[in-house]
Amino acid sequence: MHLDAKPPSGPLDKKWEKHQLEMKLVNPANKRRFDVIVVGSGLAGASAAATLAELGYHVKCFCFQDSPRRAHSIAAQGGINAAKNYQNDGDSVRRLFYDTIKGGDFRGREANTYRLAQLSVNIIDQCVAQGVPFAREYGGLLTNRSFGGAQVSRTFYARGQTGQQLLIGAYQALSRQIGAGTVEMHPRTEMLELVLVDGQAKGIVVRNLVTGEVSSHAADAVVLATGGYSNVFYLSTNARGCNVTATHRAYKKGAAFANPCYTQIHPTCIPVSGDHQSKLTLMSESLRNDGRVWVPKKKGDKRAPDQIPEADRDYFLERKYPSFGNLAPRDISSRAAKEACDEGRGVGPTGLGVYLDFADAIQRLGEGTIRERYGNLFDMYETITGESAYQQPMRIFPALHYTMGGLWVDYNLMSNIPGLFVVGEANFSDHGANRLGASALMQGLADGYFILPYTIGNYFASTKPQKPSVSHPEFKKSEENVRNQTKRLLSIKGKRTATSFHRELGKLLWDKCGMARDEAGLKQALKRIPELREEFWQNLTVPGDSGEFNQSLEYAGRVADYMEFGELLCTDALTRRESCGGHFRTEFQTEDGEALRDDEAFSFVSAWEFKGVDQAPVLHKEPLVYEEVKMTQRSYK
Amino acid sequence: MNVIQKLFRSSLGKKTIMAITGILLFGFVIVHMLGNLQIFLGADVINTYAAFLKSKPALLWVARIGLLVLVGLHIGSAVQLSRQNRAARPIPYGDAKHPGASYASRTMLMSGLIVLAFIIYHLLHFTVAVPGVNLLGASAQLPNGDFLQLKDATGHQDVFRMLVLGFSNVWVSGFYIVGMALLCMHLSHGISSLFQSLGIRQHFCGQCLDRLAMLLAAIIFIGNSSIPIAILLGYGR
Amino acid sequence: MNLTLKVWRQKSANSPGRFQDHTARNVMPDMSFLEMLDVVNEELAERGEEPIAFDSDCREGICGACSLVINGIPHGGNAGTATCQLHMRHFHDGQTITIEPWRARAFPPVKDLVVDRSAFDRIIQSGGFVSVNTGGTPDANALPIPKVDQELAMDAAACIGCGACVAACKNASAMLFVAAKVQHLALLPQGKVEANRRVLSMVEAMDAEGFGACSVTGSCEAVCPKQISLDFISRMNRDYLKA
Repeated sequence: MHLDAKPPSGPLDKKWEKHQLEMKLVNPANKRRFDVIVVGSGLAGASAAATLAELGYHVKCFCFQDSPRRAHSIAAQGGINAAKNYQNDGDSVRRLFYDTIKGGDFRGREANTYRLAQLSVNIIDQCVAQGVPFAREYGGLLTNRSFGGAQVSRTFYARGQTGQQLLIGAYQALSRQIGAGTVEMHPRTEMLELVLVDGQAKGIVVRNLVTGEVSSHAADAVVLATGGYSNVFYLSTNARGCNVTATHRAYKKGAAFANPCYTQIHPTCIPVSGDHQSKLTLMSESLRNDGRVWVPKKKGDKRAPDQIPEADRDYFLERKYPSFGNLAPRDISSRAAKEACDEGRGVGPTGLGVYLDFADAIQRLGEGTIRERYGNLFDMYETITGESAYQQPMRIFPALHYTMGGLWVDYNLMSNIPGLFVVGEANFSDHGANRLGASALMQGLADGYFILPYTIGNYFASTKPQKPSVSHPEFKKSEENVRNQTKRLLSIKGKRTATSFHRELGKLLWDKCGMARDEAGLKQALKRIPELREEFWQNLTVPGDSGEFNQSLEYAGRVADYMEFGELLCTDALTRRESCGGHFRTEFQTEDGEALRDDEAFSFVSAWEFKGVDQAPVLHKEPLVYEEVKMTQRSYK
Repeated sequence: MNVIQKLFRSSLGKKTIMAITGILLFGFVIVHMLGNLQIFLGADVINTYAAFLKSKPALLWVARIGLLVLVGLHIGSAVQLSRQNRAARPIPYGDAKHPGASYASRTMLMSGLIVLAFIIYHLLHFTVAVPGVNLLGASAQLPNGDFLQLKDATGHQDVFRMLVLGFSNVWVSGFYIVGMALLCMHLSHGISSLFQSLGIRQHFCGQCLDRLAMLLAAIIFIGNSSIPIAILLGYGR
Repeated sequence: MNLTLKVWRQKSANSPGRFQDHTARNVMPDMSFLEMLDVVNEELAERGEEPIAFDSDCREGICGACSLVINGIPHGGNAGTATCQLHMRHFHDGQTITIEPWRARAFPPVKDLVVDRSAFDRIIQSGGFVSVNTGGTPDANALPIPKVDQELAMDAAACIGCGACVAACKNASAMLFVAAKVQHLALLPQGKVEANRRVLSMVEAMDAEGFGACSVTGSCEAVCPKQISLDFISRMNRDYLKA
């Protein structure tokens, strides 16, 4: 496998401009002869599909949801970063770029990240023109807030639902093209196979989730915009339907999977209340501006929080990180909370939680001010837990939230398979080992609106691909694979449901490959996962039939992929013998418990090549070359 | 799309027709009520008023035809909309609740149809004065049972006596009061919702509009029912 | 607690549906309504029976996928929340709960509690957008927008497209959804340019999908998980008449 990232030469800030000039164009009249398949309709997928159609390509877009408007981008609350410097506080493209590279613990690709920062500016213009109601000042101009430890205010937001507003913008652009007949939309349709003809991505095989019908779709290029894989952990803040199936199956067809061990944990989620828990709910990190995080000093202290005197409380973030205190970065505060719980000092019925206490803030600022700042979050907390955070401390716990890893792509967002492009969270992206807050939306839209539409044209113009017919034997073979797997899942008729397997796998991964990882734990997981997979294929039960709307069957197929993907995740985590960003190996930490990178040995992108389900995958390394940035150690003391 | 198409084809257009005809009909109801309330000023006043109306047959017929057209449009749109509404939910809920919806708002078609029945009776009773419907039969006061033959001292039709006699029957008065109650209910929702259909609700406070509608509807009810009630209690007998 | 569920079961769009009783055992107050159904479904699946099909995705009240009529009220009757945000602490032991799908001709059934809401998508496709292509847009701050207009547009834009308004309306009318969509764009200068064309075609598409008309009963506003105001319908009516 040859991995050439193809970053353009020249100074960092001129690379994209230079590349745009060098890329070949497709004659407008010829564009309609090219078919593009876009899988996924979130920010990246919808913006890509709409823009490609505007340019004149013929687009087919697929999503498993009942409407493209429901993709999980919708759930992003906080905002979207852009280097507009509207606040005159010294922001610039270079600063946003540097913050992103540094936040990613120097494991991102320099040229990609710089381009992301450059394009952030265009995204805001585009969204405002589409009618996204970003928050404004009384003077009518856009307002910003600071986010995720950045020292400038560069985050644009639309109340607590920035993700939904941006997605509606992209969805409306997509709807306009569907209405115009240039995009053929296939909702409630799941991609189950990527089809390669002569080593090039030429189409997909899908299952219609309503009728169960399996069909093939051919195209000149395939774009995957299918999001991240947080749900491999069973409990995460992702929507229930989010899954790894599309990217995993592309991986099985030869696409390299990059950095799967880079997963992000969000520190302020509502704790698990029991086994029935189906997902975790994230609450804005802004809560940590006024809340104090603590646990009892004594193990197993079951007193009610107001019965625990100051002397018996451990404000562990303030103790460990005196200068950042409760505002320590996501990964650091998450790990500290986990450590406290591991020591048996966790709170709440499950012991998996820490207090986030507003009593001091209420005393200092008054309940009114707190209500004004966090009223909606307190209401949300009360809706879910039935407890009022005005009267007693909130309980919070970290949860899986975002995955930086994904399919490997070059500067053109094309994977190592010609014709297979990957955008948004689904690619291994521009975030390195850790993503900054309010950068996910930015990346999805930069990829979809402003990068892919150019680079895909270059691919068409320079390779002149030929679209095969769906009767090509490769399509027939892939359809057969899909039908066989469906048949196999339904025919086991064992005792355990897909949920029960998924829950067990998720717990294993969370324990062994979650916030903190070590060699012994990862090896245990790598031993256990194949056993669990074996049992899955022996003892699974899937009710219902294949020729109908069958949610159990859809889900079982996704869990089957997790059973394989979880192993890759642990393999990558085991191989990366350093700590960086979201990947924390307990063996590799500084004396202060900080992530200890090994830039000598691990300054590369791990790209994994599939060799077979029960075979070890092969690691390929793309060295990370920093032309302009100097690597430094993060410190939040 | 031209205006006519917009009004008659789309659901919003039909709602606009309902709202505009509703306002005009409501205006008529107010004027009609004020005219009737002259009964409390004595026989001379109301009889003179009636004679004045009758003396302008052209105007009277224009008004009558106008009203007929308004009622026709109002009902026609209502029936079409109701048909559309019914078709919009072919399978009903097993357990149907109507959060936030008043009883009046959910029964507009029914209350409207009963009011229509009432109006037809009212026209037969006092306007066409079909002798059979007043349930009085022939008596010394009312030869042939025919209201139109009642004349006052000046030779005008004696509307005062017609009303007093007409409402002396408990069943007839009762039906009028029920009719007014339903009209009141119909108006209590209709008056506030027409602001919505005409697109001007956002300039007022929604609750104030609802209350204003209630008040106006109550005035209509009290004003109009006061006549049969007063007569049953002995006024004019 | 233990509950009896009266659930609408329907094998497919064309087969007849009926209510079927299911028992939910050991329900905990901290469970969400959908997690309670998950547990019931697990039991059904373990017994080899068909689980109850229902839509859900984000489970935090923003994607608009969940769509249950619970005891006659879409999303269950807690103000400003979607079904996924309804928790079992609002129910009591031994209670019988009726669960039905959204019912409207324009939302044909798919299976059990799942319906097809693509009518909403088609209404948007008919004109619910600003006709701008990617690129070539002016600077975001080139056009100041009064904060009140932006806030009002945001109130309308908060719509999550769940369809509870249709489900609650006695006429199965989609006016609140369409009005929210029309007004979100009409209130902003970027959307004003083609506001007339938009409102005309979206209303036409709405009627063509077979939704009922608005009787201003206010049920839609009462069940809307984002508490979108009836005033937007009034504004749309005015824009429509002006257009």
